Amino acid sequence: MARIEIDGQSYDVQDGDNLLSSCLSLGLDLPYFCWHPAMGSAGACRQCAIIQYKDAEDQRGRLVMACMTPVKEAMRISIDAEQARQFRSDNIELLMTNHPHDCPVCEEGGECHLQDMTVMTGHTFRRYRGRKRTHNNQNLGPFINHEMNRCIACYRCVRFYDEYAGGKDLQVLGMHNNVYFGRFEDGALENEFSGNLVEVCPTGVFTDKTFSARYTRKWDLQTAPSICIHCSLGCNTAPGERYGELRRIINRYHGEINGYFLCDRGRFGYGFVNSQKRIVMPGIKGQTETTAEIAENHFRNLLKYAKSVIGIGSPRASLEANFALRSLVGEANFFLGLEDAEHTLLNAIVEILFNGGIRSPSLRETEQADAVLIMGEDVTHSAPRLALSLRQAVRNASFDMAHKMHIPLWQDAAIRQLGPIRSPLFIASICSTRLDDVATGTYQGSPDDIARFGFAIAHCLDESAAEPVDLSEDEKSLARSIAKALKQAQRPLIVSGTSCLSVAVIQAAYNVAKALPAQDKQLTFTLPECNSLGLAIMNGRPLQQAFDSINDGLADTVVILENDLYRRASHQSVDGFLEKAAHVVVIDNLENQTVGRAELVLPAATFAESEGTLVNNEGRAQRYFPVYPAADPIRGSWQWLTRLENSQWRHHHALTAACASAFPYLAAIVHAAPQTDNIIKGSKIPRQPHRYSGRTAMHANIKVSEPGQPQDMETPFAFSMEGAMAHVQPALLPVIWAPGWNSNQAINKFQQETGGHLRDGDAGARLIKPSGSHLPWFGHIPPAFEPEPGLWRIMSLPHIFGSEELSLQSTPLAERLPDLCVLLNPQDAESLGVDPGDPIEICDPARNFLLKFPVNIEKTLPRGLLGITAGRPEFQPLKFLDQVTLNKANPEQQPNSEAPL
Amino acid sequence: MFSQLRSLWEVLRHTFIKHDTVEYPEQKPALFPRYRGRIILTRDPDGEERCVACNLCAVACPVDCIALQKTEDEHGRWYPEFFRINFSRCIMCGFCEEACPTNAIQLTPDFEMCEYDRQNMVYEKQHLLIDGTGKYHDYNFYRVAGMTIGNKAKGQAENEYPPVNVKTLLP
Ligand code: SF4
Ligand code: SF4
Ligand code: SF4
Ligand code: SF4
Ligand code: FES
Repeated sequence: MARIEIDGQSYDVQDGDNLLSSCLSLGLDLPYFCWHPAMGSAGACRQCAIIQYKDAEDQRGRLVMACMTPVKEAMRISIDAEQARQFRSDNIELLMTNHPHDCPVCEEGGECHLQDMTVMTGHTFRRYRGRKRTHNNQNLGPFINHEMNRCIACYRCVRFYDEYAGGKDLQVLGMHNNVYFGRFEDGALENEFSGNLVEVCPTGVFTDKTFSARYTRKWDLQTAPSICIHCSLGCNTAPGERYGELRRIINRYHGEINGYFLCDRGRFGYGFVNSQKRIVMPGIKGQTETTAEIAENHFRNLLKYAKSVIGIGSPRASLEANFALRSLVGEANFFLGLEDAEHTLLNAIVEILFNGGIRSPSLRETEQADAVLIMGEDVTHSAPRLALSLRQAVRNASFDMAHKMHIPLWQDAAIRQLGPIRSPLFIASICSTRLDDVATGTYQGSPDDIARFGFAIAHCLDESAAEPVDLSEDEKSLARSIAKALKQAQRPLIVSGTSCLSVAVIQAAYNVAKALPAQDKQLTFTLPECNSLGLAIMNGRPLQQAFDSINDGLADTVVILENDLYRRASHQSVDGFLEKAAHVVVIDNLENQTVGRAELVLPAATFAESEGTLVNNEGRAQRYFPVYPAADPIRGSWQWLTRLENSQWRHHHALTAACASAFPYLAAIVHAAPQTDNIIKGSKIPRQPHRYSGRTAMHANIKVSEPGQPQDMETPFAFSMEGAMAHVQPALLPVIWAPGWNSNQAINKFQQETGGHLRDGDAGARLIKPSGSHLPWFGHIPPAFEPEPGLWRIMSLPHIFGSEELSLQSTPLAERLPDLCVLLNPQDAESLGVDPGDPIEICDPARNFLLKFPVNIEKTLPRGLLGITAGRPEFQPLKFLDQVTLNKANPEQQPNSEAPL
Repeated sequence: MFSQLRSLWEVLRHTFIKHDTVEYPEQKPALFPRYRGRIILTRDPDGEERCVACNLCAVACPVDCIALQKTEDEHGRWYPEFFRINFSRCIMCGFCEEACPTNAIQLTPDFEMCEYDRQNMVYEKQHLLIDGTGKYHDYNFYRVAGMTIGNKAKGQAENEYPPVNVKTLLP
């Protein structure tokens, strides 16, 4: 702590910080553009000028850039001094000389940091009458709009895109007054985090194209705190709605998880909510002309007259919905809806996380790691936001170096000048990954080989851990060097996950973590879906047993909750199962093959229209809230399941409480959302900003007398602009806004310090308490993978845009899907006589034709493996680890274009 | 006492003075162009819709009786997909006109809008949009703004240099 004097007042501020960050942390208003809490200072915009005085007597002082000036004990500065004000106002006037007359047609308008700062400095009148510089724009793909005229050259975009996120295709071009921020040529931005440019750029140069297509001002959006449902990390989001349609997703700051950034799947994958494939009406035997009441009665009767009912849960449904189903059908009849291999894998992970005695870190904690080993994951594709964190973790070595040289951490450019000093990052994976460019060492192998390699590292670290036999010398020496690097680390991190579908990989990861000597070691797993961990904790039976109980006649009716079984098990077995079941009830929000086979379809609300609790990969339970009311007859899944007679739970919080008391591991979920005790009695938190417009006109075309506001009986929020915002914990704020701060950068006002935790704490309750005990060593080491001549094993490789079920239905993502092709090792391709792009026939070992697709060559893919995109419906007949034969296809024939969609 | 007498005198005097009130509706007073009555949407001098769907009028409206949705034509010109004013709520305050950066929305001297059915007070874009420029004849927002629209590329707006060539090395 240092004590400094600002405009005659004295304050305690963080030592070593820069003055801008200190002033903002204190809640003072000081305009800035180029500084960003996550990316440090650049000193490029000259907007944060203040006066620094030499000593107590100095009356004149000198002008300095606050963001480039470190805090010093007993410093005297002034924000308000006339010269400083004048400088800031002149500076913005200069920045604005070339600025286009665009605000009314600019997507940034109303949440524009440039507007805010212009008003803050008092530059309200344009004096410059000369000609303006202009730029041509580029087409940057389906996510981002480009309007270069609005640039103020703060360099934030390239600092984020190139330096922070590791992108290669966005650069600053041109020179002096003409600098241009764009690509070398038109084309989609390649980086998986490009969407953050929308929020990082303080102006309207980069804006959200999907939002622009259905544009609404920020003040007109109805918003509620939400959780991203597109992977297991549980990033916090703020979805916005207008006229009953979800319009966009932006980042909602969480000090432990996503911080300031989301991935593009999370930001642009929301389109499924508005999709044509939404189920909007209940269906009974294919008839959709029915009401919620009729459907509910039908449901009730089915349950009443059924011999026995089984329920199939879902890792993409909330804890409460799964629990309601489990209670409806009884514990013995509840199945998790996971296919056997995944089920076993998740159970193994739950066991390790809860009883393994090693901390599972939040994303912020992963950024602190000083050595990382990734086993069997391409995290950019399986848990995207984690990849961004790991990219920062490798910088820790350069931060240590900077520390030794007394360079403050916010001097980002200076630290990057130190050169590529990186903390060790090792990646063992099936083939090359998107983090390889910052990796110290990589290893490619089949899942079994990755597991063996992991066991070898664990053995190098601790002799008592099991040792794999027959490792090659190369593998051994790489394992030794990795073990050495991990051993030296203070905060080593092991990352593994379910992408390899291999328990051995999980166990090997645990062995490595267990063998590490460091106190602050961490072990994290990436999981397939947003509530995989929560569901696994619920401890139901695997899917195959559900099939058996119907096929054996033990039950005749099945209720399927938000689960497309065709994505989980083979076509044949699901077909057989659904045929055999006398009555099939499906509760879901999008049409899919399983829905197509149901007798009764109940339309379920999506994350945007209902509430629930999800458990992320870290073991943090988080609550999401409806952004807008579900349009009748759509209801939340939990409501369909609890509305039937004899149900004890009329309200969501009662259901949550019951779920918490039913499972000791879930006891803390009642604290998943921040407390609402402070809210003024009888008043709710408004979802609509206080400038929400059009209330008396938006429904007037239907009926001129305004309908009452829809009531929300389940959450502390109101579908209205009325309510009390004072005393609301920042983690519960639907909209981030402060007087004078209309952009998302208003978050400064709600943090303990800039870039730190939210005031009154971040949301969510960690379910995993560190236990002192450890599990015994795992010793089941699989044999090495040997390619069999003529046979290939299917490897389902996750892809950020192609693999997740719901975001696949979002149109903008469809343009960014990976090519529809299979990957082969170059030698394998040569032996088959195929060149890149040639079609290849995939058959099962009995030579039954399955599919035909073009081949792509992947140099790093080991021989004997066939890479496909995980989760893509086109590849449905191919299951992970299946053996197939390959034949060069007759190029005359068209590749299989009628693959099921 | 004096003031009472004066009042009596004043009342009496008014019996012989010309009336300020007129026999509306038989007799119609002349209203000034800036009188605040029925709201219209105007066109720019080129005959295109002036409104760019910026939502400023809607947010300025104290009774929230304007609702609209932005859309774009194939060249990127913003315009409202729908534009609705609920005149049964409108208080003719003129804030929308003041907020409008394009001179699109204007109040007119017409105030005769009575309806038997309140639903008929809801005006959509086709009821609001006129063919002319209204009170302000010259202003054309898109000629000033930097956005590209059909037949106006970058650098062709008022006071603009041609687009920068980023590949040049000349100072
Ligand atoms: S970037 Fe901001 S100031 Fe510039 S046109 Fe857009 S809204 Fe206006
Ligand atoms: S494009 Fe945006 S972020 Fe990049 S330099 Fe310009 S204003 Fe800054
Ligand atoms: S990393 Fe996962 S949780 Fe975070 S935004 Fe992306 S998909 Fe959503
Ligand atoms: S303020 Fe003017 S340009 Fe903007 S939406 Fe209203 S009428 Fe259209
Ligand atoms: S914020 Fe300090 S110079 Fe830009």
